[in-house]
Amino acid sequence: MQQLRLTRTRRAALIGFAGVLAVSLTACAESKRDEAGGGGTGGTMVFGDTGNPKMFDPAFNDDGETFRITRQMLDTLIQNKQGTAELEPSLATKWEPSNDGKTWTFTLKQGVKFSDGTAFDASAVCYNFDRWYNMKGAAAQSQMIYYGDVFEGFAHNEGDASGDPVYKSCEAKDPSTAVINLNKAKGAFPAAFTLPSFAMQSPTALKQYDADKVTQSGDSFTYSDYAYKHVTGTGPFKFDSWDQGKGEITLVRNDSSTEPAKLDKLVFKVIPDENARKQALKAGDIQGYDFPAPQDYGLLRNEGEQVLIRPSFNVLYLGINQSGNPKLKDPRVRQALAYGINREQFVKSKLAEGSEVATEFVPKAISGYTDDVTKYPYDPAKAKQLLAEAGASNLTLKFYYPTEVTRPYMPNPADTFTSISEDLKNIGITIQPVAEPWNGGYKDDVQKFGKQDLHLLGWTGDYNDAGNFVGTFFGREKKEFGFNNPELFNALAQADGSPAGDAHAKAYQNVNKMIMDYLPAIPIAYPTPAIVVGPKIKGVVASPLTDERFNNVTIG
Amino acid sequence: MLRFLVRRVLQAIPTLLILSILVFAWLRSLPGGPAAALLGDKATPEKIASLNHVLGLDQPIILQYFKFLGRALTGDFGNSLVSAQPVMGEIGTFLPATIELGLSAMIIAIVLGVPFGYIAARFRGGVPDNVIIVLTLVGVAVPVFFLGYAMQDLLAAPLGLPSQGRQAPGIDATSITNFAILDGIMTSEWDAVWDAIKHLILPAFALATIPLAVITRITRASVLDVFNEDFLRTANSKGLTQSVIRRRHVLRNALLPVVTTIGLQTGALLGGAVLTERVFNFRGLGFLLAEGIERRDYPRLQALLLFGALVYVLVNMLVDISYGIIDPRVRVR
Repeated sequence: MQQLRLTRTRRAALIGFAGVLAVSLTACAESKRDEAGGGGTGGTMVFGDTGNPKMFDPAFNDDGETFRITRQMLDTLIQNKQGTAELEPSLATKWEPSNDGKTWTFTLKQGVKFSDGTAFDASAVCYNFDRWYNMKGAAAQSQMIYYGDVFEGFAHNEGDASGDPVYKSCEAKDPSTAVINLNKAKGAFPAAFTLPSFAMQSPTALKQYDADKVTQSGDSFTYSDYAYKHVTGTGPFKFDSWDQGKGEITLVRNDSSTEPAKLDKLVFKVIPDENARKQALKAGDIQGYDFPAPQDYGLLRNEGEQVLIRPSFNVLYLGINQSGNPKLKDPRVRQALAYGINREQFVKSKLAEGSEVATEFVPKAISGYTDDVTKYPYDPAKAKQLLAEAGASNLTLKFYYPTEVTRPYMPNPADTFTSISEDLKNIGITIQPVAEPWNGGYKDDVQKFGKQDLHLLGWTGDYNDAGNFVGTFFGREKKEFGFNNPELFNALAQADGSPAGDAHAKAYQNVNKMIMDYLPAIPIAYPTPAIVVGPKIKGVVASPLTDERFNNVTIG
Repeated sequence: MLRFLVRRVLQAIPTLLILSILVFAWLRSLPGGPAAALLGDKATPEKIASLNHVLGLDQPIILQYFKFLGRALTGDFGNSLVSAQPVMGEIGTFLPATIELGLSAMIIAIVLGVPFGYIAARFRGGVPDNVIIVLTLVGVAVPVFFLGYAMQDLLAAPLGLPSQGRQAPGIDATSITNFAILDGIMTSEWDAVWDAIKHLILPAFALATIPLAVITRITRASVLDVFNEDFLRTANSKGLTQSVIRRRHVLRNALLPVVTTIGLQTGALLGGAVLTERVFNFRGLGFLLAEGIERRDYPRLQALLLFGALVYVLVNMLVDISYGIIDPRVRVR
């Protein structure tokens, strides 16, 4: 009996082993590439996402992964022209501010319907604006990061929300005219109306699924079913399903849209590991993904993939904390740092193609950019001389840089640190390096506690307004930079409050000049992130704002 | 046996309680925190502080812990900060993938490891022994993520095997239990079964490497020990055939330490699964854990780490029980 049992075990083991081998061998015969979809219109595109979306009500979201999906389903009043940061009509065909910038009149596209069949009109616009403004509950308000930033406050601030609201009221003059009244002019308008958070959603669906109900349970939030399954807009696609287990979000063509998509289906597949995304593209499991590593561009192109370089909409800077080392308060020392860094060389050797040396804190695509600023070309002799004049020839600086992170503006922080610190050593500065994990205290230490003398950080813009860059950095006294310059703070506040148009751009051009004279930090580069799609995909236009819309995509 | 089981269960309660305190305290001692991770690039110290306030993370840690414990005892581990889904639901959704992967890896490790170990012992000092020893050293030394990437780059295309995911995008299999292979068998969707097996091969082999190497070495050492035992001389002198001696006396007696190792390795698989699942985009608990660590997702991490501890405790109990079955002397004690 004993003998028989062991024989069976052995047989089972052998069969199992043979099975594994057979599977491996038979698999060899399988075709490597199963292209999805057909030609022309129709078909399915699977796009590899770097992370999970949180949920799909954009009003409560502020992350790129969620927006990539919601912008395919929901339209905003104004949008960015594909491939640029210029504004163009979307749901609004025209928008006009009053002279004082406190009233915005939107003329709306006619005949537009939400995917639930209800009409998009001026009352729907007002419903959305009123919804944001009247949002109740600390949990809900704390999630509305962009609304809080742009509109500065709610009807009744709760929890952490504070400030005087910019929004006053909305009137639906007729079905195709919506008028937004503000309490004060806001420089971020009209560009901020392009933000995915301010996309128009169906009032009927919002009410039906109790979309405003956000509750807090312990240290987390719960949203209503609307946010997970019923988000309803006017866009070229509509929601179909979200398979959490497979990490797949499926959208289907919205035939009731005025401009329905050409694809039948658009699937977003979450693949956090970059190498796994590359493998999936090579195997034909996905037809595109975001943020390929710059060192893979050549390899991907050799294999026939299309690497699309985005025009830069971000800036990498070397932060200077004047409250760290007292010598940094001396403008000559800060200028010496700027002259001492070989930014040309760094950009050429360490950043992806298309990246440029930054001459100020806003990228070129932004209204308010000016070439007329003080520049600091590489000049180590001048740097040494300035340090000597300031009595800072033996300067020692604590230089913080992040680890375990890749940002669109900083693909490789360690490389960036090494390159810049070598330059600074060459002009006689002693560097004390401090490396910290991005999610392990780096941002706390540099932004909250200001422990550094120098640090690396950057910013990717949200919409086409210079205030979104320079206002965020230098609009008030911050631990990160450790200076108090009321003249600069006032100039920024005034630029932010100036009505849209030429005066607004001019105000920011002046601010940019002031900043580059004062030099509170050093802009290093405008890096260019990329998006990659397979050889058969047509119609993807790389956007500086990572605002790629897949409505015109076809599979050839 | 029953008393033994009850005692082990009672012992598990304080173990889990202490672990919950450690996990809770450890997570909260990490710099960064969930608010910063949630707010991403746009996080300012003010926004982080206010979100911490809304999340209750600025309250005394003892108070936070007791609130957490109170909810946890009712089975409420909160919602993931990353996916906004209930954490317990997530574990239910993702567990089958990890079981599928872990089980496949353990089967590979046992099916190959025990015979390899035996062969190495049998030919001690010879060529097979040396080859196996070198291979097991390499197996233990090579990091799982490196092996995973190497397999993806070098093996996936030539063998025609998928290098990521649990299922090909075109396969729209019915999901009943979330066990891809089982679901396919239950619904007779043989394409889906085949597809699921193909997706398992590379990650399962990558995950199996370390347990395979460890099991091989332990089996080898254990078999060598038994070879030196007196009772083998007795068996030989009784005139039993070599194959009967090998199976009945050598293997059976050598298995005890091997079973312990298998138990320990099963517990350790969750650790290996974090890297393997991440590299192969195999969406199981390890994948969830990796994402949770990156985003400082406290609710998810608390639930997953405690769940891992529970599995470890359970596996150890099973190992103890299996001792009794393999070696009756343990039962008598």
